[in-house]
Amino acid sequence: MINFKRKTIVSLIGLGLAFAAGAAGAKQTVKLVFIGPLTGGVSANGIGGRNSADLAVRLRNQDPKAKYSYELVSYDDECKPNIAVQVATKAAADNSIIAGVTHYCSVTAVATVDTYHKFGLPVVVWGAVLPSITYGNKYAEVHRVNGTMINQNDVAAKFMTGMKYKKWVVIHDTTDYGKGHNQYFSEHLKKDGGQILATFGVTADQQDFTTELTKAKELKPEVIYFGGLTPLGVRIRSQMEKLGINAVFEGTSGIKSDAFIEGLGNKLAEGSLSFIEGAPWEKLPGGLFFTGKYSLQKYNEAPEAYGPFAYAAANLIIDAIEKVGPNRKKVTAELGKTKDRDSIVGKITFDDHGQNIVPLITKYVVQDGKWLVWEESEYGSGKRKLKGQ
Amino acid sequence: MTLGLLSQYVFNGLMLGMIYAMVAVGFTLFFGVLDVIKFSHGDVLMVGAFTGLATYLGLQALGVDSALVQLLVMTLVATLSMALLGALIAKYLVLPLRLAPPLNTLLITLMLGTVLREAVRLFYPQGSNPKPFPRLLPADSLSFGSFTLRADSMILLLAGLAAIVAVHLVINRTKLGLAIRAVAQDAETARIMGINFEFIVLLTFAIGSGMAALGGLMNGLYYNEINFGVGLLLGVIGFSAAVVGGLGNIYGAILGGFLFSALQSLGAVTLPALFPGTSTAYKDVFAFAVVIIFMAWRPTGLIAEKKSERV
Repeated sequence: MINFKRKTIVSLIGLGLAFAAGAAGAKQTVKLVFIGPLTGGVSANGIGGRNSADLAVRLRNQDPKAKYSYELVSYDDECKPNIAVQVATKAAADNSIIAGVTHYCSVTAVATVDTYHKFGLPVVVWGAVLPSITYGNKYAEVHRVNGTMINQNDVAAKFMTGMKYKKWVVIHDTTDYGKGHNQYFSEHLKKDGGQILATFGVTADQQDFTTELTKAKELKPEVIYFGGLTPLGVRIRSQMEKLGINAVFEGTSGIKSDAFIEGLGNKLAEGSLSFIEGAPWEKLPGGLFFTGKYSLQKYNEAPEAYGPFAYAAANLIIDAIEKVGPNRKKVTAELGKTKDRDSIVGKITFDDHGQNIVPLITKYVVQDGKWLVWEESEYGSGKRKLKGQ
Repeated sequence: MTLGLLSQYVFNGLMLGMIYAMVAVGFTLFFGVLDVIKFSHGDVLMVGAFTGLATYLGLQALGVDSALVQLLVMTLVATLSMALLGALIAKYLVLPLRLAPPLNTLLITLMLGTVLREAVRLFYPQGSNPKPFPRLLPADSLSFGSFTLRADSMILLLAGLAAIVAVHLVINRTKLGLAIRAVAQDAETARIMGINFEFIVLLTFAIGSGMAALGGLMNGLYYNEINFGVGLLLGVIGFSAAVVGGLGNIYGAILGGFLFSALQSLGAVTLPALFPGTSTAYKDVFAFAVVIIFMAWRPTGLIAEKKSERV
């Protein structure tokens, strides 16, 4: 009997030691999910975001002080709402996944919020700008590190009317995303005294815009505003040239990608504008750290405009897990408390809807085949002029 | 509306119509000789455009810089390889099903279209992204008030016209054309007369698919961008154009192509004017709706086949 007891104690101690040794050698693995458009017209942005989130995970895994080891699962939402709901459900139903860095496209982000809420999966949106993603409901699970299109279009309208432009033609795609841009831009522009001569809603996969643009040409706008994503932006800008329309091409954050310039060539892209939330991360110390680390990992694709947001979102989630452990409910609560957190896209503070309140919008212009921050471009310094200036 | 503006609309419409007509001619040729509908036609066009793009990139890699040489080689490679693809499709997918219900041919080519589309998407490097298509034609332009006439658009329009005229001449002025017409009219009798039926069918499919490749290249050169899904809508529009014009009739197909583009332009211009707040995205709805009305009015097409089937 005594013998048996002793044996049990010895084996228990042994087991305990083994467990401790095991824990010290291999950390528990925690899974995160990344969802974005990995194929399709805007896949350049999706892949850039995926790589950036992956970078956050890799860097943390190299950190000996990290309590857990992280694994990033990535899914393709194809920028289509139906596919997005499928992959969101797949991720949310998988209990080993603790949190997600989700969606570039507004149509997919807004389609999936209910899924995340229902399954209790905390997510941080990294690129979609439609306001109702965070403000449409009050879901504790849904957060967003980037700003909304309201701020973006406010600045876009003020900036252009400030440069004495008066007449616009608006073209937007007829998804929620394009319609949102149209709505907020038009509201702000009217307030700032600009005039919209005509508004064209076009389908998101339309090829030929010559009819719309011929009509626009007749109205002689000074600026053509486009609310939509890169592929359409490339087609419209290119067909403007075909019809000899001499107007500024003013896009939104949706066209701020290297693919836009690549698709058009440097000459046609020159002088195109876009507006994006957050600090100009290239100029922040954290941003330099990010680009340096990103290039070290030898990804084949550029991080694109929203890569830094995906990186910041992944870091935010990992920090929360480090603090409260891999538990969806606790991570959700911890994310909700985010206040004045430094990140590579500036300070992050979530309001009660999980929305980051970033007052800062950065203006970009294409100069010699590169998106440059307006203030630092030759356009900003007055050396080059936009059309009609 | 000024005259210049009107000319601009008309010119845009002509350009679009030319591409539609080239697709429609293919549909009508296939239907003419075999009474089949080949739904993969639009995707053959897309594969043709991608073949052209790949050839261009290959030439770039080889250091061939002359735009003219690049253009000629691209056209040659794309047209010939699509002609071959068309003939292969006819030999292995369409002809074996000749005695089966026509629905089977329709289904099998519909599925083939999906296979072609997905193959480009998956196997072409980054095939799911839109690809910039090279600008190889001179970009000079002339402005007449609000009408801008560009050299490249003009060249494309003329090239399309030349291709259609060439097909027309082949069919109406050569022995081969005579054989094609004979097969179209009555395959059995044509055989008795010593015409190689299979060869003629393959040839017709090759001609139609070569036209599709040309259409694809024109589309790429005009918009300077191609993507894997471009053939889907073009296929549907080309097919509708062929049906409206009268399946089996080449002039009908051309007429149908231009009619469709005119309807689209008309829809885009008038809809928002008539119903404020309508987006121009409804122009396709408008064009297809009118096509439906046309078909109710003239079920056999605008230019119907002269002979009627007798039982």
